[in-house]
Amino acid sequence: MSPDSATIRRVPTGPARRGPIGAEPARKVAGQPGTDKGAVSHEGTQARIDAGGVYYKTLNEQIREEMLNGAQTVILENVNGQRYIGGGLSGEDVRVVINGVPGNDLATFMTGPTLIVNENAQDGVANTMNSGLVVINGDAGDVLGYGMRGGRLYVRGDVGYRVGIHMKAYEDQRPAMVIGGKARDFFGEYMAGGELVLLGLGSDGEDIVGSYLGTGMHGGVIFVRGEVAEHQLGKEVSIAPLSAAEQSRVEELVRDFAGWMGLDAEEILERRFIKIFPYTHRPYGKLYAY
Amino acid sequence: MIDRPARKYGGLTLPGTRIPDVGRRPSYTVEAEEGILGNCGLMGVCDEAGERMSGELAVRSMASMHDRGNGLGGGFAGYGIYPEHPDHYAFHMMYADEDARQDTEFYLARQFAIDHEEPIPTRAVRGIQDEPLLHRYFCRVDAERLQETQLSEADYVVHAFMDINSGIDGAFVASAGRNMGAFKGVGFPEEIGEFYRLDEYAGWTWTGHGRFPTNTPGWWGGAHPFCLLDYSIVHNGEISSYGINKRYLESHGYQLTLRTDTEVVTYLFDLMLRRHELPVEIACRALAAPFWKDIDLMAADDKEFYTALRTVYGPGLLNGPFAVVLGMADGMVALNDRIKLRPLVAARDGNRVYVASEESAIREICPKPEKSWMPRAGEPVIARLRGAAFGAAPQSVPAEVN
Amino acid sequence: MAEVTFTRPEFRVRIDKELCQQCGRCAHQCGWGVHKMDEETGYPVPDSSKCGACHRCVTFCPAQAILVEKNPLAYKGSDSFSPELRKAVWRQAETGGVLLAGMGNDKPYLRIFDHLLLDACQVTNPSIDPLREPMELRTFLGRKPDKVEVEYVPDGDGVKPKLKTEMDRLLQIETPIVFGGMSYGSVSLNVHRSLAMAAKELGTLMNTGEGGLHADLQPYQDNIVVQCASGRFGVHADYLNAGCAVEIKIGQGAKPGIGGHLPGEKINEEVSVTRMIPQGTDALSPAPHHDIYSIEDLRQLIYALKEATGYKPVSVKIAAVHNVAAIASGVVRAGADIVYLDGFRGGTGAAPTVIRDHVGIPIELAISVVDQRLRDEGIRNRASVIAAGGIRSSADVAKAIALGADACAIGSALLVALGCHLCQKCHTGSCSWGICTQKPELTRRLDPEWGAERIVNLVTAWSHEIAEILGALGVNAVESLRGSHERLRSLGLDQQTQEILGVKPAGIGH
Repeated sequence: MSPDSATIRRVPTGPARRGPIGAEPARKVAGQPGTDKGAVSHEGTQARIDAGGVYYKTLNEQIREEMLNGAQTVILENVNGQRYIGGGLSGEDVRVVINGVPGNDLATFMTGPTLIVNENAQDGVANTMNSGLVVINGDAGDVLGYGMRGGRLYVRGDVGYRVGIHMKAYEDQRPAMVIGGKARDFFGEYMAGGELVLLGLGSDGEDIVGSYLGTGMHGGVIFVRGEVAEHQLGKEVSIAPLSAAEQSRVEELVRDFAGWMGLDAEEILERRFIKIFPYTHRPYGKLYAY
Repeated sequence: MIDRPARKYGGLTLPGTRIPDVGRRPSYTVEAEEGILGNCGLMGVCDEAGERMSGELAVRSMASMHDRGNGLGGGFAGYGIYPEHPDHYAFHMMYADEDARQDTEFYLARQFAIDHEEPIPTRAVRGIQDEPLLHRYFCRVDAERLQETQLSEADYVVHAFMDINSGIDGAFVASAGRNMGAFKGVGFPEEIGEFYRLDEYAGWTWTGHGRFPTNTPGWWGGAHPFCLLDYSIVHNGEISSYGINKRYLESHGYQLTLRTDTEVVTYLFDLMLRRHELPVEIACRALAAPFWKDIDLMAADDKEFYTALRTVYGPGLLNGPFAVVLGMADGMVALNDRIKLRPLVAARDGNRVYVASEESAIREICPKPEKSWMPRAGEPVIARLRGAAFGAAPQSVPAEVN
Repeated sequence: MAEVTFTRPEFRVRIDKELCQQCGRCAHQCGWGVHKMDEETGYPVPDSSKCGACHRCVTFCPAQAILVEKNPLAYKGSDSFSPELRKAVWRQAETGGVLLAGMGNDKPYLRIFDHLLLDACQVTNPSIDPLREPMELRTFLGRKPDKVEVEYVPDGDGVKPKLKTEMDRLLQIETPIVFGGMSYGSVSLNVHRSLAMAAKELGTLMNTGEGGLHADLQPYQDNIVVQCASGRFGVHADYLNAGCAVEIKIGQGAKPGIGGHLPGEKINEEVSVTRMIPQGTDALSPAPHHDIYSIEDLRQLIYALKEATGYKPVSVKIAAVHNVAAIASGVVRAGADIVYLDGFRGGTGAAPTVIRDHVGIPIELAISVVDQRLRDEGIRNRASVIAAGGIRSSADVAKAIALGADACAIGSALLVALGCHLCQKCHTGSCSWGICTQKPELTRRLDPEWGAERIVNLVTAWSHEIAEILGALGVNAVESLRGSHERLRSLGLDQQTQEILGVKPAGIGH
C-alpha cells in the first residue's frame, strides 16, 4: 500500500523546505533540453549563430533553417557538446564552421556538406556518412567513420579506438580518412572498403598505431607512414609496399589534407608509406565444419 | 500505534517498542534493482593542491551531458567538504521511514560517538519527488569499543556500513567516509545537485554521475556514487564479469546486497587498495589487466610481475564495458576497460585534473585546458593530492597526468 | 546344456552379397574376429556374437557392403527387469564372474549439463566478436597466493613495479582443456605419441596415467603430467622429473575406491620397460595407496614428490564421491596445487560394471560444491580445480568453468577423435582401432601424426567455440566466466539440485 502525500509530510524529520514539493525547476544550465535559440547574425550568404547553451535539437534546427534561407556558410560560435551537428544534412555547396568542441555523432548520415571543426571533436564522427568533407583541426575520439560509405574525414591530431571501423565502398563511393597523428587499437577494424591514411605526425617515437590493426579487415586499404610491427596486425592482414598507383593516390590525399591543415605536404611525403591490406576476402573459410 | 518486536542487528538486540503508524515509503534496501545498465555519463575533477571548488562546478559539468542520462539517477561525491568535522565518519543516511531511522540511530549510538547530527539540507526542486528521509551523522569510533572488537578502525566502520545496509530494513548508508559525502537520488544530475544545494559546498575533489537505468525504475540508494569508507565510485557501463567478481568478494567477507555491478567495483578497490595494500596504479592493472599478448612481449621481470598479478586477481578482473572514477581521500583515479568500450577523456589545467565521458563536459567548466587527451584502454588517470601518500606507491612513481 | 549361452548377440552383422567385392578387408580389420572368409563362396561369414559395433569393418569396406544393426530379437517387456539385467544374470550364472566394462557409465542418469543454459548479452552490454577482438583462454593451474606484494625498483629515470611475492610454479595452458590420464598399457604407445604431440602443439597438458612414460616421449616433457598411482608403475626420480607436474591418482570417476588390473597379455616388452615390471606379469594397482590411509599421509606424499621434483606443482586426482567437498578441502590443505575431480561418467579401460554404473556423483555437482567449499574456507586460490568425467563438448567445458572449474580434462572425447566408437570393449585388448590394445598388428593402425592432427583439430575447434560463448557473454577472458554461476540458468532441474549448483532457474533475471 503506498502512502498518500499527506502521510509523507507527517514524517517529522523532513528537511527545511522552501515551498511545497517540486515548486521550482533546477536552475538552467547548459545541456538541459530547452527551446531558447542562439543569437544569429548575417553577412551576405554567411550566418553566424551563438551556440552557447543552446540545446542540440534547437541548434540543429537553426542550422537547417539558415541553410533553407540560403546561407552557404554557417559559423557556430561557443559550441560545446551539442550532438549530431551536420547529422543528416545534405547539400554540396554548404559549409558549417564549428568553433568549440562539438558533441558526439558529428556529421552522422551526412551527404555533401563541408564541416570544419576548429577544436577537438568527440566520439562517433562521420558515423555512416555518405559524402562530404569533415575537417577537424584537433584530436578526435573513438569509433570515427563507422560504416562510412563516402566522403572524406581529415583529423589533424590523434584519434582513439576503432577508427574507420567497417568503412565500406559502394559503386563509385569510396570513403577516405586521413589522420595526422596517431591512432589507437582496432584501427580499420572490419574494414570493408575505402582508404585510411595514418601519418603519425608528432608521434615522438611512440607507436603510430595500437594493436589489432585491420582486425577483421576484408576490403579497402590502410596506408601508414612509418613502420608497424607484426604483433600489431590483425590476423587477416599483411604488409606490402605501395604500387606506383597507390603511391600517387596517397600523395593526392596527403596534398589535399595538407592543404586544409596548412601543412607542408612534401615534407610529410618524404617518409615511406606501407600498405596494410586483407590478404583474403574470406579469412574464416576454414573455421567452420558442417 | 504499531507494536514492534525485539530485533537483532549485527550482534545488537533492539528492544520491542510501540511506535506511531506513519505509513511506509518504498523500501530503499529490499527493492534492489536488476543491475545498473546503460549509457551513463560521469565526471571528476581534483585539485591536486587541495584548493576547494564549489560543487556547482560538478553540477554544471554533468548538466552538459544531460542526454547521457534519463533522469532516473544522479549523484555526486565531494571531498574536503566538511572542514569542521574532518576526522569524523560522516554517515549520509537514507531512510524509508521513521522505523528505519529509529533503528539506525539506536545502532549508530551504540557503535559510535555521534558528535553532530542533522538533516541533510535540501531545497525543493521540480522533478525531485518521493525522496527518503535524509540525515547525516558525524561519528567517531569509540576507542574502547574498538579494542573489544579487535578490529582495525576501517574494518569497524565497514562492519557498521554492512550491518546497516544488509540488516536494517529501510535504511541505506549513502556514504560513511571522512571529510566527504555522497549526494544522490532519482532525478537528473543537475536536479539532484540543486536539491542537495551543492553550490553551498566546497571540496577539492568532486565526482558526478547521471544514470540511464534501462530495466527498473531508479531508486535513491541505487544512484551513483557508491561508497565505502572514503572511497566513492561513479561508473558508466556494465560489468559482464559481475557473477564471479561478486563470489570473489564474498569469499573475502563482503556482503553484496545491492545486486549492482558498481557495488563490486567499489569493494574490489577496497580489497585491493586497503586490505591488500596495492598501489592504486597496480590495482588498476589488476582490474583492467593487460592482454596476455602484450604481457608476452614484456621484459622478463615485467612479464613475471604482470603474470602474477593476472593469475592472482583473475576473479577480480573487471570484464565488459566500463569507465569508472574512483574518489579517494587523497585523490582521484579514472579507469576504463581494457578494450575501451566506454568513453573517457582527461584534461589538466594548472593543479586541476579533469575526467569526463565527453570532452565538452570538461570544457564546460574549464574552457581552455593546458592539455587534454584520451586515456588508453586500461590505463588509469591518476590525480594525487600533493603531499598525500597514495596507497603504497612511492612519490617517485610518475602519475599518468604529468 | 553346458555349452549353451542364453545371451544372444547385441548386434547383427549382415553382408550385402550384391555389393561385396570379396576383398577380405573386413576379416583383416576386425580385432575380435567377427568376419571369417568362407573359402568356398569367397564371402565373409560374420559371427555377430563377437561384434561390438565399432564400425571398423564398416569404415574400411570399399563396397559399403556391411550393415551392423541392433539385434531386433524381442524380449518380453519389463521396465523393471530389463533385457540388459537379464543378460547380466545369464552371463554371471554362466561364469560366476564380476562383469567388466570399458569406457564410462552409460546409464540414463540425469545429465545435468544438458539442463544448464548459458547467458548472452543484448543491448545493455555488448557481445564481443571473438574472431576480430582479443579473446583469452590462457589459464594458469596451480597454487596462487592470497595477494600480490609489490616493490618499486629503479627503471631508467623513474621506477617500476616488481614482484615481491614469491610465486609457486604454475602450469600455463593456452586453452582450459587438458588431457585426462590414460596409461600406456591400457592404450597404445601411438595413442600416447598422438596425445603428446597434440598437447605440445596446443600448449596444453597430457597426462601419462599410471603406466609410466615411454622414453620416446621425453621431448614433450613440458606438456606432460606424470602420474603416481597406487601401483607406482615406472615411478622413479627421473620419471617424476620428466614432466612439468606430478599427479597423485587417488581415485577415478569410473571406479572410485577400486584398483586396477592390467592383464599380463598386455605387458609386452615396451610396456614392461616403461612400467618397470617383468613381461607377461599382471600389473595390479592396489585400491588405495598403501602409504596413504589418511589425509596427513597424503600431505606426506605430496611433499615427498615436491622435494623430489624441485617443487613442481602436484595434482591430486579424486573421484567425485558423496563427501567430495570436504575431501577436496582436505586435499588442498594437504598442499595439493591442483584438485582433479573425476565425475561418475569418467571413462576407464576396464572397471567392474557394477562400480562404473552405480558409484560416485555427477561432475557438475562436484564442481559446484567443491568450488563453494573452497571459497567458504577462503582457500579457493590455493589450488586449481580440474573437472573431468563426462565432458563431451565445448558447451560442457564452458558450463563446467561457469560452475567453478579452472579447466576441464577430457579422455573419452580424445579417443573418439582417434576412432573410438565407444564399443566399450577396451578390456578385451583387441581394439580394432588400435587404441586400447598392445597387439602390434592393431597398434600400427594409428598413425601418431594423423592422431595428433585430429586431436589438435578437435581441441582447436572446441576452443573457438568457447571463445564464441565468451564473446556472446561479453567477456574477453575465460577468468571472467570461471565460477560465474550468474551466467548459468537451469531448465528442468529440481529446486534442491539448483541450490546445490547455485544456479537460478531459467526465466529469472539477475
